[in-house]
Order: sequence, then structure tokens, then C-alpha cells
Amino acid sequence: MKQQLPIALVFIFGLFMVFQYFVPHETSEEAYEFLLDWIVIIGIFALGLGIWSLIKVNWDKIAEARRNNTREWFYPCVTMAGLLMIIIPGFYGTKDGVSGFYFLSSEGLQNSFFRQLFNYIIVPAQSTMFALLAFYIASAAYRAFRARNILSTLLLGAALIVMLRFNPYIGPLSPIFADMANWLLNVPNLAAKRAIVIGIGLGVVATAMKVVLGIERGYMGKG
Amino acid sequence: MTRRLLSGVLMGLVVCLACNASAQSDSSQMATQVPAVSPPAPVTNLTAKDTENDHGHSITLRWTKSLDDGAGTGAVLKYDIYRHTTDGGPDSLVGFVASGESKWEHQGSREKEANDYIPDYTNFWYRVDAVTVDSSVRSAATVVGPVQSSGQWYNTGRTVVLIFVLGFGFATLFFVTHAKKGKDLYVRPLAGLEAVDDAIGRATEMGKPILYVLGLGTAADIATIASFSILGRVAKRVAENKTDLIVPCTDPVVFAVAQEVVRSSFLDAGRPDGYKEDMVYFLTQNQFAYVGAVNGTMLRERPATNIYMGKFFAESLLLAETGASAGSIQIAGTDEVAQIPFFVVACDYTLIGEELYAASAYLSREPLLLGSLKAQDLAKAAVLIIVAIGAVAINLDWPVFKELFKVVN
Amino acid sequence: MTLFDKMMTLDRRWIFLFLAVVCFITYYGKFQIPIPVNSEVRSVYNKIESLPEGSIVFLGIDYDPSSQAELHPMTYAIMEHCFRRKLGVLTAALSQNGPGMAEQVFMDVVDSMKLPREYNGVEYPARDIVKGVDYVFLGYKPYFSLIILGMGQNFRIPFPADYYGTPLDSIPMMQGVNNYDQVAFVCDLTSGNIADAWISYGQSRFNFDMALGLTGVMAADYYPFLNSGQLIGIMGGLFGAAQYEQLADNAGLAKDGMRVQVFAHLVIILFIIIANVGFFMSRRKQGN
Repeated sequence: MKQQLPIALVFIFGLFMVFQYFVPHETSEEAYEFLLDWIVIIGIFALGLGIWSLIKVNWDKIAEARRNNTREWFYPCVTMAGLLMIIIPGFYGTKDGVSGFYFLSSEGLQNSFFRQLFNYIIVPAQSTMFALLAFYIASAAYRAFRARNILSTLLLGAALIVMLRFNPYIGPLSPIFADMANWLLNVPNLAAKRAIVIGIGLGVVATAMKVVLGIERGYMGKG
Repeated sequence: MTRRLLSGVLMGLVVCLACNASAQSDSSQMATQVPAVSPPAPVTNLTAKDTENDHGHSITLRWTKSLDDGAGTGAVLKYDIYRHTTDGGPDSLVGFVASGESKWEHQGSREKEANDYIPDYTNFWYRVDAVTVDSSVRSAATVVGPVQSSGQWYNTGRTVVLIFVLGFGFATLFFVTHAKKGKDLYVRPLAGLEAVDDAIGRATEMGKPILYVLGLGTAADIATIASFSILGRVAKRVAENKTDLIVPCTDPVVFAVAQEVVRSSFLDAGRPDGYKEDMVYFLTQNQFAYVGAVNGTMLRERPATNIYMGKFFAESLLLAETGASAGSIQIAGTDEVAQIPFFVVACDYTLIGEELYAASAYLSREPLLLGSLKAQDLAKAAVLIIVAIGAVAINLDWPVFKELFKVVN
Repeated sequence: MTLFDKMMTLDRRWIFLFLAVVCFITYYGKFQIPIPVNSEVRSVYNKIESLPEGSIVFLGIDYDPSSQAELHPMTYAIMEHCFRRKLGVLTAALSQNGPGMAEQVFMDVVDSMKLPREYNGVEYPARDIVKGVDYVFLGYKPYFSLIILGMGQNFRIPFPADYYGTPLDSIPMMQGVNNYDQVAFVCDLTSGNIADAWISYGQSRFNFDMALGLTGVMAADYYPFLNSGQLIGIMGGLFGAAQYEQLADNAGLAKDGMRVQVFAHLVIILFIIIANVGFFMSRRKQGN
């Protein structure tokens, strides 16, 4: 039963969603909207599970560090403090002039402390992580873009042309590189991407069909 | 003669003065009068029908444009659409379209409380007026009706999609049945998947853990579902080899499923005691916070093998470069086309696009899964043939072929 | 170890340091570089420019602070262009931190609109931008594919009220605006797979005019959709944003950032050349 019930549910709802695409009647639409709402509800309950996992893992790390008398308790504490610092102010807001904790509405998101945490910690931290990409691209390009054979030389040449197309300092080569880069992007790049996308599209349909028909059961832990 | 000449000149002067006065009088009258606009020709062949392939609450009106729309006097500015709720009863303006148009959909809300609700299975009558610059000058067409709106139970515009879905489904079932009969189905070698076993062995020998990253997709993404299959097999090998496994998750639903997958794999391998709750854990849904945490794990734990399977975005290079600097063997697979180059550059093995979906069939060699791979290949061949014929058809200007595959939404 | 071997095995921290110094110098150098405009961005600009006053433009602000360097300038430029043209702006944020990004943009653009400006020779007087009349911000909901589908039925299904809790039915700008049929143009600004969802579940299903604003890395992937007509334009990365600023005559962060990007690319090319010279010379030496 533990195996048959999920397979049966996946089959019924999967088949319904397939047929719903072909049935425009409002009864079908209403059922579809009902299911959309339930997906959101399930996701929110799963978030509670996730937060519990995060707390448990970090709590265990702190307990183990104290047991072994090491200093590895520090960063798990930082993680837990960060979690609480965002959650608690996010519930404290002002509604109709009355300040307090509001758990069923979004007044807390307008809370100035919450906004400051977002603007001065989260935004710069995320931007910094993304900015690291520029440096990693430089080091990855340095390590990988070697003209070892004809194919890698072609790749290197194409990369140089596309990088230089926006460059205003290459003088008379600028329009030539721009044209070549446009051709590279719109012809071979597009052809290759379309081929990959068609393959992916068919793979998605095939995998979805396998999941709906119960052939693919990896998500249940069973092959 | 002089007298005649004089009287002629005098007559001429009088006539001129009279004309002048008359012209001035006319122009002064013109300055105060709006030029008369004659009513335009009405629209003809007005039809009102239920809109096709919709959920109801919509009526489509079609007509032949007025003869004075873009031709004739060119006086038509717009068309006003009126609706009657009873035959011969009062009407109300429900919409308008600019001149040049010959079709309009009266779309209403599905909600009874909405102002623009159009009830289904209720008679309505429609009229279209051709209207000029002066809105009082217009011509009304004959009222048509009664017409009722209703929802359809099948969207005929999507028949082509249905044919392909059914065709693909039958092909899958055919090859699956074929495979179940014991026929050997060839699948080309995938270096990335062949390396998984070696990578797990390497981790066991070095006594270091394996890091498995499911990507940033949700459990609804097919790439994540494919990744669960690979995770199951990796976890089973990890359980058999008694190696450590680290699976950080970014989506809570994915976390719940991954936990179950790993636990079941350890059970299947006969080592339920080897499974630790902390192996699979949730971090955060935030992309770069997740990457920061995983990078920290890589640099602290120094896993021997990093496996990235699923949906990845901008963080792909951050993960792969950090893993490379930590000295791990890296196997990646994603269907995100933009991230494939980064994985190719920074990882030892990469599965591109649909190779990720083929992974579960490849690793298990189960006839059911291999059969569906064959159906995929057949569908790809069919698409190639259709694309080739389509390219020829477009170049030879055969619109019939293109119309054959038209999907109306 | 010869010089050429060292060139091939340079510690990546030297690359990071050199790149950082070049970025710093070019950012504070304050010189202008020419920005050529391509057709993909021009068509987005022309589309907004051609919309009659009072039309509704849907802006999807679907990115997180990590992508704000590339996408924020685009959002600023487009939003100000829409307000100057007196178009209504309907916005939703389908990524987690999108509301924060959206609020920042609204705050800054609303302030900017309080000053009279001249763009492309046209004088735009100062104007008060009023929430609910000139713009509506629907807010954030998870599971973006479902939200895009839901909005196609009616905006009120996923968003019964706006981000500030006002029911959509009582918002002046939302009167008669039910779904994408009443929206003249959709522009999604994103750095993740939300773009795929907009194309698959939005444009393909509901057939509206759509353009994308993407990070530079992603832009190349969406040319197939541009060629097939599913998109009318693409703005890719900082360069796309700089082009839009150029067209709108509204110089901002993107034009400043292009200076840094151009020279950063030159640094990457320089290191690739160094590595390849080292590679070839080492190989020749081994061959000898």
C-alpha cells in the first residue's frame, strides 16, 4: 500500500493534468485552479519541514562541538541567529496604527528593521556572491581555454570574437567582430541550442510520461 | 454704342458685386455651419456565435466591413457593438473596435459577481453600428440573435499536440513491451555515468565523503526528478561501500523526497543502520546563500567526489570552481543550456541535456526504462524529418504544411 | 620551472587581484564609452514608445539582489520610460527577494518623476506617480509557473489583493483589467528559469506581446524564441541595459558599468593569451 498509493495518486493527478490541457470548459479550469492552490499549500507545509531540518542539523552541530569541546559551535550559532533575526522581525508590524506581532498578514514585511536587514545585509551579501562569478570566470577561462586541438581552438576563437564585439576600442575590427558574433550567435549557436532544447523537450515529455505511468519511481526511492 | 458699353460695364459691376456679396455670405455661413456628414454604409453579413475552444462566457462577432471603411467616403471611424438581452428590447453598448476591424470577441468574466459576467446558455442579441467622426451620425446593422455562450469540452486547436502525445505514448508502450520480451536495446556509453562508480570507489579509498547537489529546481522539475533516480543509485552504492554522503537541499519538498530516497536506498542495500538523519538536510531557498553554504561545506569537508545533477543557474560556476579548487572529482548534469558550458569547463564529466534524463535508464538497465529511451529516439527522428520537410515547404512556399502543425491556444 | 611553465600555472589569486584593480580603476575613471544599439533592444524600446497613453504594461521583476547589477538598471530605465509615456505599470515579483527589488525601484523612480526632464529632445514635466492609479504592485507568491497560469485566467486568482493588502477590485488602475488580454505588453526581468515559465505557460498559452530582460549569460539561450516570434525583443545583461538607457536618453548605472565590463573582458582575454602562449611554448619545448 505504501508503494501503490503514491503511484496511484501520481497516475490519477498526472492524467488529469494532461487531459486538462485539452479541455477548456470552466469545470476543468475550476478543478485545475483548486489543484494549483493545493500545490502552494503543500509547499508551505514542506517549508516547515525544511526549517525543522535546518534547526536540528545546526543544533546537533552545536551539541557535538560542546561535547567534544571544540570551537565548531560558532558558525551554527550564527546560522540560527540569522534565521531568528529574519523570522521574528518579519512578524512585527503596524496595522491601523497598532504595532504588534501579526502572523496572518504581511505588515511585518514593512517593518523598518526587517527592511534594513534586507537592504544592508541580504542585498549586499547576494550581490557579492554574484560578483564572485566575474573572478571565477576569469580563472576558469584561464585554466580551460587552451588551444589543445582544432575543436578547442574554434571554441577559443568564437569566445574571443563574442567577447570583443562590444568593445569600442578595437577600431576597424569592431563592425567585423560584431557581424561575426551575430552570425555565431544566430546560426551555429542557435542551431546547437535548438537541437539541445528539442532533445530536452522530448526528454521532459518522456520522463513525465514515465512518472505518470509509474515506470519511473526514483522519486520514491525505488528504482 | 457708348450707352450700351456703359450699361454693360454697369451690369458687369452689379453682377460682380452681387457675386461677391453672395460669396461672403456663403463663407460666413460656412464658418458657423458643421459640414454635413452623411451616414456611412452599414456593416453586412453580421454573425454572432459562441467563441470556439474556450471556457464559455464569450461570444464572437464577425462582419463584413462597411463600404465606407477605408473606401467610399472613408467616413467610418469605429464600430460600436450593442447587446440586447431580449428580442427587440433595450440595448447597451458593450464595446467598440477601430475601423478596419471585422471581428470582435465579447469576453466576459466567469465570476457571477463581476461587472462583466456573461452567463452561459442565455440568449443575447447583437448589433454593430458603423460610426463616423460625429458620433450621432451612424448606421446600424440588422440585429442578429439569439446567441448563447457555452464552454467546450475539447479544444480542437490542440489536436496536433494530442496526436503527438498519443503517438509518443504508444511508441513508449511498444518499445517497453519490446524490451520486456528480453530484446537487447543498445544505449551509447555516457562517460559521466560510467565515471560515477569509479568516483564512489575513489571516495571510499580516500575515506572522504561524496557531495551530491540536487540543484535549485523544485520537485516538479523533471531534471530534479531525474536527479532523484541518480541519487537513489548513488546512495545505494554509498551504503554498500560504507562511505559518507552529504546532500544539501534548497527546496523543502525536494529535501523531504531526497531524505526518503536516501533512506530507502540504505534499506535496499541492507544497511539501514548506516543512514544518518544529517546526511540530507535543508539549507535555504535563497540561491546564493545556498551556494555560500555548499562552498563552505566543500572547503571544510573536502569531499572526494562532487556530483551536481539537476537544475542549476548562475551558481553553477561558483560550485564547480570551488570544487575544483578543493581537489574533488566532479560529475555534473543539467538541462539548463546556459550552464552547460560552465560545467564543461570546470567539471571532469558533464551530462548534457537529455543525457540527464537517460541516466536512470542507463544506470539501472531496466527494460521498462530503456524502452522509453528508444521511444524518445524515435520521436526525435520524427521531429528531424518534420523539420526537414518543413524547411523545404517554407522555401517552396507551401503554407499547407505549416498550417498542418498550427496550434491554436 | 621556466617562464612559460609559470605562465601556464599562474596562481589564480594573481588573476583575481589584477582583475579587481582594473575594475576599480575603470569604475572611478568616469569616462564615457560609445554604446551601439542592436535590433533586439530597439524593438523593446519601440514597442513601449508606440503604446498609446493609458495602456497597461506588465513588468515582472523576478530577480534577486544577486542579479541587480545587471537587471536593476534595465528596470529603472523601462519603468521611467513607461511613466514618462503615461502608461500604467502592473508589476509582480515571482522571485523570493523580488519585492525588495521592486520597492526600491518604485521608490527611486517615483522620486525621479518629481523632476521635469528632457529625453531625446522632448520635455517631460514633473508628475506625481500615484500608487493604484499609475502603478500596481501585486507582490510575491511562490510557484511562479502556477502564478503565471493563474494570472492568465484572472489576476485576482493568485493576487486577490496587492502587495499592500488593497483588494484589486478597489484599485482604480485595475478596473476592467482582468488578465493578459487587457495588458498591452509584458516584459519579464529575470535571472532564473522564470523566463522559461513565462514563455511556456504565459506567452505560448495566452499569446501576448512579450520581451525579456535577462542576465548576459542567459540572453544567448533565448534567441530561438526571438527568431520564432514568441519574443519581440531581448535585453541581455548590462550591455542590454546600457543600450536601453542610450535609446531612452536616460544615462544611469548601466552606462557606468559598461566601462568596467569592457576592460574586464580585455583582462580575461589577456590571461587567456598568456595561458596559451605558455601552453604552446611549453609544448614546443617538450617536442624539442
